[in-house]
Amino acid sequence: MQNLTLLDGQKFQITIQRLCRQLIENHNDFSGSVLIGIQPRGIYLAKRVAEELRKILPESKIEQGDLDITFYRDDFRRRESQLVPNQTKIDFIIEGKKVIMMDDVLWTGRTIRAAMDAMIDFGRPEKVELLALVDRRYSRHIPVAPDYVGIEVDSIASQKVVVSWKETDGEDRILLVSEK
Amino acid sequence: MSTIKIKINNSEKSNIRNPIYKMAGLSTRHLLGIKDLNRQDIELIFETADNFKTVLNRPIKKVPSLRDVTIANIFFENSTRTRLSFELAEKRLSADVVNFAASSSSVSKGETLIDTVNNILAMKVDMVVMRHPYAGAGIFLSKHVKAQIVNAGDGAHEHPTQALLDAFSIREKYGDVAGKKVVIVGDILHSRVALSNILCLKHLGAEVMVCGPTTLIPKYIGSLGVQVEHNLVKALNWCDVANMLRIQLERQDIKYFPSLREYTMLYGLNKQILDSLDKEITVMHPGPINRGVEITSDVADSKQSIILDQVENGVAIRMAVLYLLAGQTPA
Repeated sequence: MQNLTLLDGQKFQITIQRLCRQLIENHNDFSGSVLIGIQPRGIYLAKRVAEELRKILPESKIEQGDLDITFYRDDFRRRESQLVPNQTKIDFIIEGKKVIMMDDVLWTGRTIRAAMDAMIDFGRPEKVELLALVDRRYSRHIPVAPDYVGIEVDSIASQKVVVSWKETDGEDRILLVSEK
Repeated sequence: MSTIKIKINNSEKSNIRNPIYKMAGLSTRHLLGIKDLNRQDIELIFETADNFKTVLNRPIKKVPSLRDVTIANIFFENSTRTRLSFELAEKRLSADVVNFAASSSSVSKGETLIDTVNNILAMKVDMVVMRHPYAGAGIFLSKHVKAQIVNAGDGAHEHPTQALLDAFSIREKYGDVAGKKVVIVGDILHSRVALSNILCLKHLGAEVMVCGPTTLIPKYIGSLGVQVEHNLVKALNWCDVANMLRIQLERQDIKYFPSLREYTMLYGLNKQILDSLDKEITVMHPGPINRGVEITSDVADSKQSIILDQVENGVAIRMAVLYLLAGQTPA
């Protein structure tokens, strides 16, 4: 195992803040926009972004939900381990809203395909955007492109990108793990 | 269904670090009875059902998980709730469904169970949900056919999904099943719901009592770790939850009590008894209700009754069971 830290500490925080500013450029006061984190790991990103946005825009109501995509995955019955669902918690209406979907790592794009199907079952959004903290470039299986990117990474299939969060893992860090 | 292991390539394997992909699955390939499940299995079914319950409360109550699965509902015995509930669960999971009722089939022309089912399986069916009047029919079938079997009631033996949804409804009402006192009242001898409920509740750490006339309580019931009480009021004063069962007249080959009227006087739950108790207990019934026999209308429709919540939870529980079983077998 060989680990390479791609981003941590203050730089990590600056990246999150930059993403927030970019979101504000397009969504103003967020009156018609909502944030949705994709389970299991995208919810921490969405929570962090929502928290930062609330600091920057104290007057605005920032709505943020968790979306589980387990039942929409395209690899159910095609993998050896059972897919166990997580909680979906969207207590606002997405019909007619601008939805910003968030995941920590964008890789093959299959999760995003499933997430779009899962989200559409809650209503018809006016617009859907995608924010990824890490974009593993040139590894897409499906034509999906992010609108906002924290950092871009060139990696090979045997490597993993692991994002840890202060709130749950003790520190903010993006790690590129290579198995030797 | 084939049992070919699918080779997972590197790019997929590395997903396993995520908690969502934890190696949890049911310990059994069929759901034949609660007897085959362990506590982890039941908790996994409940957690999965929680998620399906949120799906059922959305505007679009359907997920595509089982779109490549075909399920046959084979009912050799009458059913309203269970058959509808299974069919709805299957449709909410996007499975293809075929229904089969023995009364309108070639069974009446003398076809055997295995032949009937194998003919259905020849039409590429992956799972079979079966109700049968004889105990052990599901187990027998699981040994002779390739499909996964879900027991929807076999004689007076087991009715696992009913027990799961009953325990799930208690969990929903009280937050936890462990430590709760549940009394099952009525025809314990002929009830598959009673046996499955006892096994399920004991797995989850509840205290269970059965109550009814001596003739309708099997002699060996104590070996399951349950208490026996013949006085309804005493039983109700002891419990948190009362599960009222129907008198299964269709299964009673001899007279077990003098008259239904006498049974009702001794074991029927009415508002007067309910109000005389020191605490507010929860009333359950697996259906079909014989109003005025084991339970009066005002009790069945009271706010202490969770009978319709049970029916609602039935769909979520059956979705969870079908989803978890289907996930075990590669497409």
